[in-house]
Amino acid sequence: MSLELPVLTPADFASDQDVRWCPGCGDYSILAQMKKMLPTLGVPREKIVFISGIGCSSRFPYYLNTYGMHSIHGRAPAFATGLKCARPDLQVWVITGDGDGLSIGGNHLMHCIRRNLDINIVLFNNRIYGLTKGQYSPTSPLGKKTKSTPYGSIDNPLHPLSLAIGCEGTFIARSIDVNIKHLTETLRRAANHRGTSFVEVYQNCNVFNDGAWNYASDRDVRSDNILELEHGKPLIFGKDRNKGIRLNGMEPEVVNLGNGICEDDLLFHNEQATEPSLAYLLSRMRHQDGFPEPIGVFRAVDKPRYDEELNHQVQNVKTQFGEGNLTQLFNSGDTWTVS
Amino acid sequence: MPTPTIDSVPHLTKEIIQLEGATVRLAGDSGDGMQITGSQLTNTSALAGNDIATFPDFPAEIRAPKGTRAGVSGFQVHFASEEIFTPGDELDALVAMNPAALVTNLGDLKRGGILIVNEDSFAEKDLKLAHCTENPLEDGTTDGYRLIKVPMSKLTLLAVKNVTSADGEHLGNKMAERCKNFFATGLIYWLFGRDPEPTLKFIRDKFGKKPEIAEANELALRAGWNYGETTEDFASSFRIDPAKLPPGKYTNIMGNQALAWGLVTAAWQSGVEIFYGSYPITPASPVLEELSVHKSFGVRTFQAEDEIAAICSAIGASFGGAMAVTGTSGPGIALKAEAMGLAMMLELPLLIINVQRGGPSTGLPTKTEQSDLLQAMFCRNGEAPLPVIAARSPADCFEVAREAWKISSRMMIPVIILSDGYIANGAEPWQIPEASELPRWTIQHPQAKENGEPFMPYQRDELLSRPWAIPGTPGLEHRIGGLEKQNITGNISYDAANHQAMTNLRAQKVANIATIIEPLEVDGPLEGELLVLSWGGTYGACVTAAERARNLGLSVAHAHLRWLNPFPANLEQVLKGYRHILIPELNMGQLRLLLRAKFLIDAIGFNKVQGKPFSVNELLREIQRITETGDDAP
Ligand code: SF4
Repeated sequence: MSLELPVLTPADFASDQDVRWCPGCGDYSILAQMKKMLPTLGVPREKIVFISGIGCSSRFPYYLNTYGMHSIHGRAPAFATGLKCARPDLQVWVITGDGDGLSIGGNHLMHCIRRNLDINIVLFNNRIYGLTKGQYSPTSPLGKKTKSTPYGSIDNPLHPLSLAIGCEGTFIARSIDVNIKHLTETLRRAANHRGTSFVEVYQNCNVFNDGAWNYASDRDVRSDNILELEHGKPLIFGKDRNKGIRLNGMEPEVVNLGNGICEDDLLFHNEQATEPSLAYLLSRMRHQDGFPEPIGVFRAVDKPRYDEELNHQVQNVKTQFGEGNLTQLFNSGDTWTVS
Repeated sequence: MPTPTIDSVPHLTKEIIQLEGATVRLAGDSGDGMQITGSQLTNTSALAGNDIATFPDFPAEIRAPKGTRAGVSGFQVHFASEEIFTPGDELDALVAMNPAALVTNLGDLKRGGILIVNEDSFAEKDLKLAHCTENPLEDGTTDGYRLIKVPMSKLTLLAVKNVTSADGEHLGNKMAERCKNFFATGLIYWLFGRDPEPTLKFIRDKFGKKPEIAEANELALRAGWNYGETTEDFASSFRIDPAKLPPGKYTNIMGNQALAWGLVTAAWQSGVEIFYGSYPITPASPVLEELSVHKSFGVRTFQAEDEIAAICSAIGASFGGAMAVTGTSGPGIALKAEAMGLAMMLELPLLIINVQRGGPSTGLPTKTEQSDLLQAMFCRNGEAPLPVIAARSPADCFEVAREAWKISSRMMIPVIILSDGYIANGAEPWQIPEASELPRWTIQHPQAKENGEPFMPYQRDELLSRPWAIPGTPGLEHRIGGLEKQNITGNISYDAANHQAMTNLRAQKVANIATIIEPLEVDGPLEGELLVLSWGGTYGACVTAAERARNLGLSVAHAHLRWLNPFPANLEQVLKGYRHILIPELNMGQLRLLLRAKFLIDAIGFNKVQGKPFSVNELLREIQRITETGDDAP
């Protein structure tokens, strides 16, 4: 028997089901990058499980030839938690969206991240409800006119990465559907991280919210609006890489390099910082007042994982007290004999 | 000071009267330790070989204001030399530790019954806290009972006055007075000839780290015993012979504990490990607590962020091949409904436990009711039938858990287990099974396909169950979900005819369970005037009332439904044998509604929702009314 694993290709991960997203939807690209990345992990296909909730993004598991579960709205992290606790040998992915993960499923997302289950969560953020045809979502900007907000949204939006950092997530990243190389690399790092990996992907819904992320995805403008985070490197962005982020007290500010300002004056990115405050500060940077939005890995630290701890406890008790014995259990209280 | 041994308890010098059984209730303030006293009396009576049934009754508030009626906590124990099924209707003896306990419990004491009160807690302020304008010990309230006033607090203080801690400190008065529940225990033990040794051992174990507290409680217990022996209030004490239970080894078991042990045993028998996802809720939390201890059996408990996550995590674990269980009470089931529908649609095994309590909404969290039957049957959207099994007594929870898992794993379907607060907190003797004699079986998971044929996750066997293929098996990769799926392949399908076919298949699968469960058994005549049909925790009262009715010469039978969905195959046949069908339920007629709908029979309901189980007498009166008048009108 050969010990070598068969080399898998993206085609091995395609299921026999027709993909039914709208033509041009950003979901296609995410699926393609996932299929490209999975074979590089060296994890057998049968050991991978995709779990989703409800929404356009949640059809994802049907299109991959791994194990999968299309569950109920917002609850995918809870299904994943049970599965991973019972079967730590599996690689478990949760696919969710801004409505599924942040609105109806906000509670589970928060608790899953804080427990640091060893699973990977990918949140497709298109800032709209697609499957129900165009109502505003928890990430829709203020003033957004949608079918359910004809006079503009008055709902203060939620920022997924800020939430994840608030939960002290151990792996937090952002990428963009059409930024193919960056997305593949981000997914790979998420897969390899031990603990909950949380990846927000800017995803274009070309039917109900087309162009919501143009500032971040358009070749012409994106380098001025996006800052690619690199561990240990200064925060520099701009078409000419002449702009940077400097800390002014507790506040970040955009500065132009030159005129006495050099790279060393800038904020340096440390994804391994134990203290998540700087990561939080980065997650707060919005595409406004000349600020770029960071993409890449905000935070990657090592913390105990719930599923491992749970299984350690079970193992430890077994080692200490031996395998469970029913006779002992049944006789653990006072007993008497009737003859 | 040396610890006195039990040999120094004086020998009895008074007359001893033999009884067949007795019902005793200990009632006091939540802080008075009545639950401890009650469970000690239970245990000791069980060890004496009596059959026992208990009914602990506690307030919803953890610490209601001291001395108030809202804060009264009670524990009722029925022990007997014959087989018994209920904690008893009327009390033969009541211990009331304060005025609030007296006035709220006296109504249950039989005329001429023994009423023991702690007279030290009937001062002006105690009466005020209990909202008594007059002292019930003096205004005629207690006329017609054998009132025995005992200065328990004073006698307890006296008994423990010499106790000192290691550094020579005396117990404070407050601490010393708290031992009075053991004084009461001692007095009751004397009255019913109970061996104090198991309780003395309990005291030493429980307070081992504080020897002075252990010593004080021990002295209080002995003082209570001695008081019984010396006071002139009692001319005699009572004895109850051991019950003629089937030979074997017994232990005293509570419903929630039996449920947890049943789950652990079922997992062991079928070679799987338990995943229990749950969210704390009264009265189901003890199942979570008990299971969390048993990690040596591979039990993984997960205290989820909410009821929904609790069941969803269990479904995830079931997908992975674990024995998945979630437990809650009615309000939690309401939250789990959507996920229950999914589990039903996925066709995965899962146990869903509902330890019912008084509803609707938050209702009466600490009181019993069986009003979630229709919820169990119908709480889901769409056509989503699920099997439902109900436990009839504390020890029966053990059997029900095992049977539910057998069906769930065999049929690939979630099974709902109904228990209730009365069963959950009640206790009875349980004959310990011989572990080595419990059958073991292996759950079959399909193995990797070698011929490259596609795997069909919704291909069915003769009972319409599907294969349980678990992640990690090469070649069986498949996707399951809540969207309607095509028969056999499991692919998404919006086809109208397929939806009809799948709906029929899922319903037939539940119906097929009737072919593998036990038929309904009847005690009493197979044809006659009246059949009492019960389900769940009312079993004990119904079986006893029917038997008494037969002893009175009435043509009354009794049958008990274990499975509420599907009904046993012979149910309709059984029902046809009687002129009247009486269905007593602690709800407003839920089983009656189901039976009327299914069999078009005009069953008579006997219903109450008062947070209390049925008494045998009220059932007997109803049986007599129907058999004597033939009148169906309640
Ligand atoms: S509605 Fe929007 S998000 Fe959904 S599939 Fe179509 S384009 Fe994609």
